[in-house]
Parts: sequence; structure tokens; C-alpha cells
Amino acid sequence: MSNVVTDTIAWLTDPANWSGSAGIPVRLAEHLLYTGLVMVIAMAIAIPIGLFVGHTGRGRVAIVALAGALRALPTLGLLTLFVLLAGIGLMPPIWALVILTVPPLLAGTYAGISSVDRNVVDAARAMGMTEMQVLFRAEFPNALPVMYGGFRTGVLQVIATVSVVAYINLGGLGRYLFDGLVLSDFPQMLGGSLLIAGLAITVDLVLALIQRLFLSRGASSQPNRSQQAAVDLTDPALAETVVQGGTS
Amino acid sequence: MEWFLANSAEVFSLAGQHLVLAILPMIFGVIIAVPLAQLGRQNRGLRSVVLTGSSLLYTIPSLALFIILPTILGTRILDPVNVVVALTIYAVALLVRAALDAFDSVDEDLRQSAVAMGFKPFARFMQIDLPLSLPVLFAGLRVVSVSNISLVSVAALLGIGNLGMLFTSGLQRDFVTEVVVGIIAILILALLMDSILVLLERLLTPWTRAAAASGAGTDAGTGQAKPGTAAAALRLSRPEAGGGTA
Repeated sequence: MSNVVTDTIAWLTDPANWSGSAGIPVRLAEHLLYTGLVMVIAMAIAIPIGLFVGHTGRGRVAIVALAGALRALPTLGLLTLFVLLAGIGLMPPIWALVILTVPPLLAGTYAGISSVDRNVVDAARAMGMTEMQVLFRAEFPNALPVMYGGFRTGVLQVIATVSVVAYINLGGLGRYLFDGLVLSDFPQMLGGSLLIAGLAITVDLVLALIQRLFLSRGASSQPNRSQQAAVDLTDPALAETVVQGGTS
Repeated sequence: MEWFLANSAEVFSLAGQHLVLAILPMIFGVIIAVPLAQLGRQNRGLRSVVLTGSSLLYTIPSLALFIILPTILGTRILDPVNVVVALTIYAVALLVRAALDAFDSVDEDLRQSAVAMGFKPFARFMQIDLPLSLPVLFAGLRVVSVSNISLVSVAALLGIGNLGMLFTSGLQRDFVTEVVVGIIAILILALLMDSILVLLERLLTPWTRAAAASGAGTDAGTGQAKPGTAAAALRLSRPEAGGGTA
């Protein structure tokens, strides 16, 4: 066992693995690039729909049902299906990832908007705000902590899933796992896994830090409840609980 | 369809392996998470350690965890034990949070009444706290079930037998039907498991239906051995159900 550990440390510290087109910095950049691309597309789809549904309450049942059904779709199955139907290339797996990322973002946006205190919304309307102003100046700022929770869940899910993308000939840190598997090079697999785990934890900490620095002020001036909701929604279970609670 | 009929025996056997890999972690998850949450509620320090630790473990991607675990456990990489342990870790992470929230939501007055009625701590936990927490726990379990069934298929990439094998072999052979059969089979499994959990929850929490059907407070004494639990549940089931959104 200690043999594996020392071999893995040797692999991780070998300068040859830190340079060139298959080096760790390049793989890391690819990983982050795919993640960013998926998040941008998924947010462009999920946020407007979530805002609309949260504000008007229309299509709520459809969204909850859709989010639940999409959650059950196996990531790997969707990836392979898209690749078989659309061919190898960057975009088929990216679209598969987008489909998997939209539900948590949508649920977060919707739950955020609908968790805003009705009195705040009514007061905004009574002050003579137009519907657009109610949405963007009253509901949106108050919903931001919960929406951010959905965003955080989404980013972590994408980082995890992007590791699988390497299986279908794309880059990213997952390459080390599958290259290692083919070569029976366990230190490489373990090294790659540790890099992926480290990346996920680092990104989560950075996102938590951003939340603390930029979002907590608004949330802490809120009544306790919405702050509670912001914390809870960072994990999918309770996001789902909240969303499900809305239907009952 | 023809392919499925010709290979149905294999698909069913993979589905069986898939189910075992998905269900075992749920059972272990409940067995570990519920006592852990109860301990965490009594001890603030432990509570924050449990919450931080579980959310940290939850961020580690499954594929990476499947590969890291053999080194820690001393198992072979193809050993299904790795998958069970990895998914148990995720299940515990999710369920501990759900259980803590559920226990917190139990009315303090009720707990005091139980003590006044002479319940010992363990009996109180088993007969008051735990039953009243079931709806929230089951909500957590349903999420675990769906995500487990999806995550198990990732283990096929390493060669561990389950329905995910249909994806890897479908991709290698450029055979769409096989992949589609795999997706449908996994969706059916997820739906099946979810229905079983919903049914189980109904059986274990009859009072929530009584509350929904007849409104709160009409049948407080249902003649059960534990009338206190039933009546309390009637009161509690409502705020709990709408707690997240109101």
C-alpha cells in the first residue's frame, strides 16, 4: 500500500507531468473551461425560466416534475447517447452536461424567488413598481442567496461530471483516470483522482468565500428564515425538499 | 426492442447488480446517519464537525472516490465494495443534514411532555423524535435513491458490473439501442425505488394522511398505543410540510 502512495506522490511531483499538452496545468485548464462553458449555457437557459416561473407561479408543477425526472437520468447514459447520435467533438458532451445542470439551477432560481417574503413583494407593488421592477429590484436581490446555493450545487456537479467526459476522448483531469486504467497505471489514476477531489474542494471553498464576502450582508439583514434557506439549499437534498414543499 | 428481448437475461442480471449497489448504501446510510445526527444534536461541537465533514466529503466527485477508496480500504479497484462505501459516504452526508433538520423541527414542548410522561431518553427518541422526523428523512432518502441509481452507472467505467455496462459497451460498439435500453432501465429502476419509498413512508406515517384527510385535530385519540405521538404528529405535520417555502 505504501508503495502505491509513494508512487502516486512521485507521479504528482514529476516535473514531466506538469508541462506539455498533456500536463496537469493544461488538463486543469481544460477541466475549468468545460465547466465554465456548461455553466454559462445552463445559466442562460435556467435563470430566465426560473425567474419567470418564480415570479408568476405559472408552470410550477411542470418544473418540479421535470427537475425530478431529469435528476434520475444517468449522466453516463446521456453522454454516450449524445456522442453516438451527434459524433465525437466538444459540443455533444457539453450539451449532455447542460441538460443535467439545468435542473438544480432552475430549482434554485425558482425556490429563491418563491421564498421571498410575500409582504416584501406586495409592498414593492404597492409602492408603484412595475412588474419588472418588482422582479429585479425586490424579488431578485432577496432571492440571490438561495439562487447562489443552486449555482454552487450546479458548479460542483459539473466539475464531477466533467471527469467522466474524458472517457469519450475529451481532455480534462479525467484523462489521467482513463489513461491510467488502460495502462494499469494505478499511481496515475490515483494522482488524477486526488487532483479532481482537490479541485472540487477548492472550488467549493472559493464559492463559499464569495458567498460570505458578497452575499451575507443582504442575507443577514433579512429575517432569519431566508438566511436559513440559503444555507440549506447548498445541498441538493434540501433544495429538493424545499421545492417539493412548494407543491404540497 | 428486439435486442432487448434477445438480451433480456443479461439486462435483468445487470439490473439486479445495479439495485444491490444502489440499495445497500441507502441502508448503511440510514444506520450511520440517524445516530450521528442524534449525537450531533446533543453536542454542538460534534454537530459542526459532522456538518462540515459531510459537506466536504460530498464535494468529492464519485469517479475520483471510486479510485481513492481502494488505497484507503486495501481493496482491489474492481471490488464492488468501493462503490458501496463511496455511495454510503454520500448517503450519510445527505441524510445527516436531513436528520438534523428533522430532529430540530420536533416541538420542544412535546419532548418535555414525553419526559414528564416518564419516557426514558432512548424510548423517547424511538417513539417521539424518530417517527416525527420520518417525513423529512424520507424526503432525503428519495434524493439519495435517485442519485445513487444514477451514480452506480459511473462505476461501469472502471469495469464494475451494473447497467452502466450497457453504456460503455454501446459506445464501444457504436450501438445506440443498447445505450437507450440502459437509460430506460435505469429510469425504471429509479421510478420503482421512488414508488417503494413513497409507499413505505405512507405505511410508516399513517397520521400524515389522517391530517390531510380530516384536517388537524379531529381524531386526536385514534386508540393507538401511543396516542401522544399521533396527536402530536397531527399538530406537527402541517408546519413541517410547508416549512421550506412559506
